[in-house]
Amino acid sequence: MDLRYTPVEQAFRAEVRDWLDSHVPRAPLPDFDSTSDGFEAHREWERTLHKGGWSMVTWPQAYGGRGLDLIRWLIFEEEYYRAGAPLRVNQNGIFLLGPTLIEYGTSEQKARFLPAMAAGDEIWAQAWSEPTAGSDLAGVRATATREGDDYILSGHKIWSSRAVHADWAFGLFRAPGSERHKGLSLILFSLDAPGITVQPIKRMDGKPVFAEIFLDDVRVPVANRLGGEGEGWSVCMSTAGFERGLMLRSPARFQVAAANLVDLYRSRANQADPALAASVMQAWMDADAYALSIYATASRLMAGGAIGPETSTNKIFWSELDLDLHRTALALLGAEAELTTDAPDRAANLGDWLDGYVFSLAGPIYAGANEIQRNIIAERMLALPRG
Amino acid sequence: MDFRLTEEQEMLAETVEALLRESCGSADLRRMLDESAARDTQRWEAIVAMGLPGVMAPESLGGSALGATEMALIATACGYWLLPEPLVEQAGVVLPMLAELDAALATRAIAGEIVAIGHPTHPFVADADSAVALLLADGEAIHLVPRDAVTLVRQPSFDPFRRLFRVDWTPSAATRIGHGSAVQVFWDKALDRGALFGGAQVLGVAQRAVDMAAAYAKERQQFGKSIGGFQAVKHLLANAQIKIEFARPVVLAAAASDASEHNRARISHARLAAAAAADIATHAAVQVHGAMGFSWEVDVHFLLKRATALSQAWGTAAFHRQRVAAHVLSAKLGPDCTFGAAGQREMLHEVA
Repeated sequence: MDLRYTPVEQAFRAEVRDWLDSHVPRAPLPDFDSTSDGFEAHREWERTLHKGGWSMVTWPQAYGGRGLDLIRWLIFEEEYYRAGAPLRVNQNGIFLLGPTLIEYGTSEQKARFLPAMAAGDEIWAQAWSEPTAGSDLAGVRATATREGDDYILSGHKIWSSRAVHADWAFGLFRAPGSERHKGLSLILFSLDAPGITVQPIKRMDGKPVFAEIFLDDVRVPVANRLGGEGEGWSVCMSTAGFERGLMLRSPARFQVAAANLVDLYRSRANQADPALAASVMQAWMDADAYALSIYATASRLMAGGAIGPETSTNKIFWSELDLDLHRTALALLGAEAELTTDAPDRAANLGDWLDGYVFSLAGPIYAGANEIQRNIIAERMLALPRG
Repeated sequence: MDFRLTEEQEMLAETVEALLRESCGSADLRRMLDESAARDTQRWEAIVAMGLPGVMAPESLGGSALGATEMALIATACGYWLLPEPLVEQAGVVLPMLAELDAALATRAIAGEIVAIGHPTHPFVADADSAVALLLADGEAIHLVPRDAVTLVRQPSFDPFRRLFRVDWTPSAATRIGHGSAVQVFWDKALDRGALFGGAQVLGVAQRAVDMAAAYAKERQQFGKSIGGFQAVKHLLANAQIKIEFARPVVLAAAASDASEHNRARISHARLAAAAAADIATHAAVQVHGAMGFSWEVDVHFLLKRATALSQAWGTAAFHRQRVAAHVLSAKLGPDCTFGAAGQREMLHEVA
């Protein structure tokens, strides 16, 4: 146990910081969900990152990464959030599908998809949920019917983040007549393919942050299947493990939010409800605890360990921390809390707490609802019987 | 950067765990209560034979000179098994202090003699009745007072294994072993160590509560099935386990880091997080056990009581919250500061 950065790690941090200092856009980009301009501005930023070699530091160099370990991924993320760099429009690709491709993909699939993903040329959406399959993901009904070297995809995916503007998507499809966890395959498909209709869905604040995807006899080559035919469930659980476990929400995101919350509290401590002081400190402590926990997990994985049920404890912890943190911020804002950023009389330096709050409301729901995660903790960590 | 226990550390934790599993089970604890015994001499001798009181003491005095991480692991095992004997205070607080103040007595304490400590932040002294001497505060001075020079008034605790006393004594030049502003450092360090290892200990209490309740939930049948299959029960225990999972790395990081203002805040965080985990876990354990959880017969109440006692000793929750707040409101914060100033620009340039 040695909680000091090595000189190599320190030098890496300095290198990241210098590069970000000179490349992060001065003015924030327009958000990537509301308009295609915002989306394309973020795609340009992904290209800039890629040119600097920063699109995904843990990937092998051959696919556009740097082949670095998870501690340096954490350092990169710390510097990234610290610099206020744009959110990653391709996170479904680089953080979730990418590691699964590296683990399960054929060499042709890796060569076909990873470099384009790293370069921002192909932005990915995920297509897990269906109207009748949310928490019960094994209830998906969309089908992949084999026809020679092709699959014919048919069905209805929903709550697909980024799908309004994205280029590609990945999701589970089942062999006709199969049931539950059997007969599922993980298939990658272009959102431009004939037979696909994408219908935006508005979030509670009106932003079209996700979409429905209707697939009507969409033909894709069998080569787009990731992992074996009918083995989609276990491949997909690996994706879900990475997502919940480590990469979906890096600790730096919450540490920056907690530091901003402390600043907000400092500026309003005089008129704030005294009870809020405890909530502010709790938010800071929780962000710190989450960071320490991820450092512990990263160290274990680097030594050859496998990710386990901490995927579930992490997911619950960061999602509740994020929600509590933003609720505390709104409480500190008092009468200004309800004002959107375009309200003319709202102070300009308040930060967009409302947007963060709305986003945080979804945290306990996506990537496996927290109630499902609690079941997993009880069954896998505490060996309680399945209900 | 490597946030993993070493194999040696894991082996040490397992060795202590095995000793306590063998010697500090429910029957052992209940026998002590039946016999009104203050301690289990045989168990304490086994603990001493393993060298545990001197785990942090320097090798020159016969100690093992191990670090706070090892001590934290031992403390967690002591919490888990509800050890009544004062190993955590002796090894984690008293011996590091005595090693600097009285080498001869430190050697005797490594050999198993008890030296009680009355910290200025707490009105009572634990285990004073079995001590050969007491470390006591008088204003800015530290006194080392023989047991027979004090009068003890027992203060019964909710925790039946805790032995608390009011100590009546008269300070004299003969017992004074240190005074002046330098002495405050000793008390501050004692408080930090007490809070850190008390936090590690109460983390063990929390895990035992979850384990005990999960075992009962598997066995107890209602509506024709194990109550552990019901989501309402699962979620109670999952919530407690989550608290434990996010207290443990804080305790370990606080133990593994050098003394600094940053780390003092982290020690307070560790104590608060571990105590919060124990609070949630012991209450969940009472609830899952139903009426049995409210009874004397089932051991759950020992855990609840130990958690209650440990959560306010070595600095109250209010004290530790204030220490966290003082740090948060004055220090530079951000994702590059998780391990202190290491990520700050001047440190980076120092490297380059």
